[in-house]
Amino acid sequence: MDGLQVPLDHVLLLAAALFSCGLMGLMLRRNIIFMLMSLEVMLNSAALAFVAAGAAWGQADGQIIFLIILSVAAAEVAVGLSLVLQIQRRFRTLDMDQANRLRG
Amino acid sequence: MTSIWLIPLFPLLSAAVLLLSAGRMPRSLAAVMGAGSVGLAALCVAVTALGFPGGREAQEVTLWTWMAVDDFTPRIAFYVDGLTLVMMSVITGVGFLIHLYSIEFMWDDDSFCRYFAYMNLFVASMLLLVMADNLLLLYLGWEGVGLCSYLLIGFWYRDPANGRAARKAFVVTRVGDAAMALGLLLLFTELGTLDIQPMVAAAREQWPVGATLPVLATALLLGGAVGKSAQLPLHTWLPDAMAGPTPVSALIHAATMVTAGVYLIARTSGLFLLAPATLEAVAWIGLLTLLLAAFTALVQTDIKRILAYSTISQIGYMFLALGVSAFASGIFHLMTHAFFKALLFLAAGAVIHCLHHEHDIFRMGGLRTRLPVVFWSFVIGAAALAALPLTSGFYSKDAILLSAWEMPGIGPWLWAGGLLGALLTGIYSFRLVFIVFFGEAHTEPDRRPGWRIALPLVVLCVLSITGGWFALPLAGIFPARGHGEISHAVEYISIATPLLGLFIAWLLYLGRRIDPARFAESAAGSSLRDFWFHGWRIDALYDALLVRPFTALTHWWRNEPVDALYNGLVALSRWGHRGLAALQTGELRWYATATAFGLLLLLAVMLRNAP
Amino acid sequence: MMETLFYGAAVIALAATLAALTRTNATHALIYMILSLLAVAVIFFLLGAPFAAALEVVIYAGAIMVLFVFVIMMLNLGEEGRARERAWLGGRSWVAPAIIAALLLLEMVLALSHVRDTTSGLMVAPKQVGLTLFGPYVLAVEIASMLLLAGLVGAYHIGRRFIVRRREHH
Repeated sequence: MDGLQVPLDHVLLLAAALFSCGLMGLMLRRNIIFMLMSLEVMLNSAALAFVAAGAAWGQADGQIIFLIILSVAAAEVAVGLSLVLQIQRRFRTLDMDQANRLRG
Repeated sequence: MTSIWLIPLFPLLSAAVLLLSAGRMPRSLAAVMGAGSVGLAALCVAVTALGFPGGREAQEVTLWTWMAVDDFTPRIAFYVDGLTLVMMSVITGVGFLIHLYSIEFMWDDDSFCRYFAYMNLFVASMLLLVMADNLLLLYLGWEGVGLCSYLLIGFWYRDPANGRAARKAFVVTRVGDAAMALGLLLLFTELGTLDIQPMVAAAREQWPVGATLPVLATALLLGGAVGKSAQLPLHTWLPDAMAGPTPVSALIHAATMVTAGVYLIARTSGLFLLAPATLEAVAWIGLLTLLLAAFTALVQTDIKRILAYSTISQIGYMFLALGVSAFASGIFHLMTHAFFKALLFLAAGAVIHCLHHEHDIFRMGGLRTRLPVVFWSFVIGAAALAALPLTSGFYSKDAILLSAWEMPGIGPWLWAGGLLGALLTGIYSFRLVFIVFFGEAHTEPDRRPGWRIALPLVVLCVLSITGGWFALPLAGIFPARGHGEISHAVEYISIATPLLGLFIAWLLYLGRRIDPARFAESAAGSSLRDFWFHGWRIDALYDALLVRPFTALTHWWRNEPVDALYNGLVALSRWGHRGLAALQTGELRWYATATAFGLLLLLAVMLRNAP
Repeated sequence: MMETLFYGAAVIALAATLAALTRTNATHALIYMILSLLAVAVIFFLLGAPFAAALEVVIYAGAIMVLFVFVIMMLNLGEEGRARERAWLGGRSWVAPAIIAALLLLEMVLALSHVRDTTSGLMVAPKQVGLTLFGPYVLAVEIASMLLLAGLVGAYHIGRRFIVRRREHH
């Protein structure tokens, strides 16, 4: 089945909007879980932009980059969540504003 | 023919050895070294004088070149002519007598070695000053005597008042020294050399009489002379300098250092003759100083302060002589003054020494019978000071007054002023004699002066009488000055005035015909007396005008506002640091926000620059 | 008609993302997140990238989000967790993030305003993706595999239960 012909700027606009949402969530939430979730949103939006670009050119490169982004997201989530577990054990809270021992 | 460089060398070496011995030398050895070195120098001077050709010829000895910078090459070189010889004789001759006297005077003092070290250093510096071939070496000697004056005034340093007096002397003369340094710079810049003889010759060629440059240069040199010789307006240090030991006052503040200014003007007389305005200023300064000091000496009660003001007054006479271009008379008076003033100071020192350090003349009295040698010394000294006939002072002061009379224009005024000064000199000097040595004794002497005190007194008595008959080898150094026709009336008045002064002093203090106390107690009298007593309130004037604003300024400045600039920089950087450190909160959200904000700015820049 | 499908999926993705980021209950937020990812997968499919769509569902929504679920269940935040979240999502904390995000969106809109292309409408088959992947991009594959190994080891090590000493860290 063939794909659609959609104006590229619309897709990229969607990606931009998703990115902004993710950024707002990162700045807004204090819970580390939600922050990681916002990161996933931002990664997802970047992936969307790449796939759309690949579709615009009709080449496989966009999907390949998407695959790489996916690997990165997976590794990052794995490590990040294990860090969350450690934070929970040490600080007894998931509030990231409490974890400020690196302040200057 | 001795090498004349030995003359300052003896005292200099002795000073070095005494200083390095750090007071551990036995007293007799220190005395021998201290007095002996000056005695040796005096011998060398005598030998030099005997072999001196006289007339215009002078000896020049160059030791080495001090420095060589571009075309500025001052040398350590000595120039000995008649004028130098007169000064050297006075310095070493009177100096040796004073050193001999000091042995007995300072024998009980703890810092015996230090005293002689400083005294020898002083003699060496003064000799350098008068023997110098160029003004730079002269300035070295000048500064050296200033240093020794400071060291010796503050000799008994444990009393802070002595330190204050020493500092006052140093600072006031420093003002003059600064002016003199400027004068040296001006002379070097304009004339290209500081060697005295070539410089004066170059000045005669380059500068017409009365031009601005010689007037300026000589005015600056005059500033230095005024400071060192304690003339108006830089005279306030000399009375306070009496805080030092009495032989110091005799040597430095009567016979030698304070005459350095007179010597300077006489030595560079060629320059001063090119600047008649400055010479007139010299004469007026001399006149005003001699009158001011004479009035002040009339009402003093400290024996040394009377003599100090008397010194200021007599140097005023020397300045008066220089101002009317009677240079030879000025130097002659310098020599006779050295004799009788040193005599008076040493005699006063003997009185103080024998009366266990009493200074107030109204607590003395009746010492005529108890200290006869001292009494006769005082009488002869006072007679010479007052210029009674046939004393040395008579010849020198008379010469000055006659030269003043002959000056066109202001001459008669100068003569009249000098005459008034002579009258006052007679009054105060015999007031001193009558109060201290006659009447009833308020304090008994507890010892007699030994031979080391008595011998210098006797020698100086002889010199005070015979000194007027010396013929000074000053011919050819100064332009010849013949005396014109002077009416005999002027001469007789000049001779009679000191006798009148003696008579008035007798009336007031010995014969008790008029009681000075009645006048002094009246309202007008006491205020006048206070005014004169405090040196015409000049000290108070300087205090209000100069000292107070300066201390107020330093007090205001003590927080160092210039430092505040640098402290402000430090505070600024600390503030910035704290501000930046506050940005590092350690919170993840904050960092994310900061990153987003940076991203915002970055995109904005890219959008602006994008086509 | 297919275009409406695209725009519908876009709206769903956006709304679900917004909802996900503003929930107080972590599990609810996760579900919304999965919904958003599924919508994006639909968009991929519509653009002619079936491989990407499949991967999105399988790996992103199926593995990564499941990881999230596991951890949230493990942490057992509960009712007091939800109360805390409500407190933290108060009024004043919205100002700065909203402003910055809005400005950023504005800038990106401006930057994208002169894009005139459309997607090509071609389908890029998985076979082509595979050929390109193990052709020119084989190095990226190797690096990605090393990255995943590092992630695996790191996650295992960091997530271990260390012996907690009696002394409190401050």
